[in-house]
Amino acid sequence: MSNLQVSVYRYNPETDSAPYMQEFQIDTQGRDLMVLNILTMIKDQDSSMAFRRSCREGVCGSDGMNMNGTNGLACITPLSGVVKDNKLVLRPLPGLPVMRDLVVDMGLFYKQYERMQPYLQNDTAAPAIERLQSPEERDKLDGLYECILCACCSTSCPSFWWNPDKFVGPAGLLQAYRFLADSRDNATQARLAELEDPFSLFRCRGIMNCVAVCPKGLNPTRAIGKIREMLLSNAT
Amino acid sequence: MVTNITNLGRSGLSDWLIQRVSAVVLALYALFVVAYLLFHPHLDYATWSGLFAQTWMRIFSLLAFISMAAHAWVGLWTVSTDYLKHTGVRFGFQAVVILAIFVFLVWGVQVLWGA
Repeated sequence: MSNLQVSVYRYNPETDSAPYMQEFQIDTQGRDLMVLNILTMIKDQDSSMAFRRSCREGVCGSDGMNMNGTNGLACITPLSGVVKDNKLVLRPLPGLPVMRDLVVDMGLFYKQYERMQPYLQNDTAAPAIERLQSPEERDKLDGLYECILCACCSTSCPSFWWNPDKFVGPAGLLQAYRFLADSRDNATQARLAELEDPFSLFRCRGIMNCVAVCPKGLNPTRAIGKIREMLLSNAT
Repeated sequence: MVTNITNLGRSGLSDWLIQRVSAVVLALYALFVVAYLLFHPHLDYATWSGLFAQTWMRIFSLLAFISMAAHAWVGLWTVSTDYLKHTGVRFGFQAVVILAIFVFLVWGVQVLWGA
C-alpha cells in the first residue's frame, strides 16, 4: 500500500461560494494509523484545514465525523476499519449546518439535549449525606450514563435530519431515559409528558442507525423502547 | 412537547398504538384472504360472494377497512411531516389523503353491503 488517497470536504463560508472535495495524498508508511492522525498530517500540508479534536482517545467526543459514509470518532477509528480500495472520504457529520470544513454547528443537537433536562430532579428534602441507591438500582444506569455527546448517533438518524427542531434524537432520548430510570429522580411524570407527542420520541422508526454507529457501544433504540413502555403503562 | 393538530390521535402514543393494532388486524386479514384463495383453487363467483354475504366476514372486512384507513392516515401524515416543509403544501397533501381515505372507506362499505 503506497500513498493513501484522502478526499476531504472543504468549506470556508468567508471565501467559498459552495463546498467542494479536496484530494490529498498521505504517506502512512504502511502503518495502521487512526483517522485523526491522517487529519493531523493533512493539516501539516494545508494549515487552513479545520476540524475539532481534543483528547484523541475517544473520551471527549469532539472529533465525530463521517468517514467513508459512516459516522464515528476519528481518534479511535483505525484506517483498517474504514479504508476501502486505498481511499478515505471524510465529511462533516450529516444533517447539521457546516461552519467550516469538518466543523459543524451543534446548536440544534444541544438544544434537544437541554430540552430533556439532563440533571437529577427531586423535590423531596435532601438527606443529610446523600440519596442512596441499591446496587440493582444503580445497575439500571449502565449503558446510559456513558454517552459522551459526540452526536454520531443523532446525525446518522434520518428522523433527526428531517425534524431536528422537533425530534429529540437518539442521544437526547438516551439521556431522557437515563433520568427516567434513575431511582433518585422523581420528575418522571413531567419527563414523560414532554415526550408523548408524535415528534419528540415517536418519530423514531427503530432503524437502529444510532446503535450501529455509537462509538461507545450504547443502545439508544433500547432506551427509546423502554420509554415507550413507560408511556404505555402510564396511560389508560 | 411539540404541538400537533393534524395527526390522527392527538398524541404520539395513541398514533403509535393505532399503527401497531391496525397492522395486526391487516396482517390477520391478509393471511386469511391468501389462505382462503389457496384452499379454493377453482374459486367461482358464487363461492366468493357467498363468503362476503356472511355477517362475520362483513364485520372482519369492515374492521380491516377501518384499520387500513387509520394505518394509512398515521403513516402518510408521518411521511408528509418528514418531507413537506411548506405548511400550505403539507396541508394540501393531507387534505387530499384524508379525502381519498374517506372516499375509499365509504366505497368499501357500499361494496360490502351493496350486493
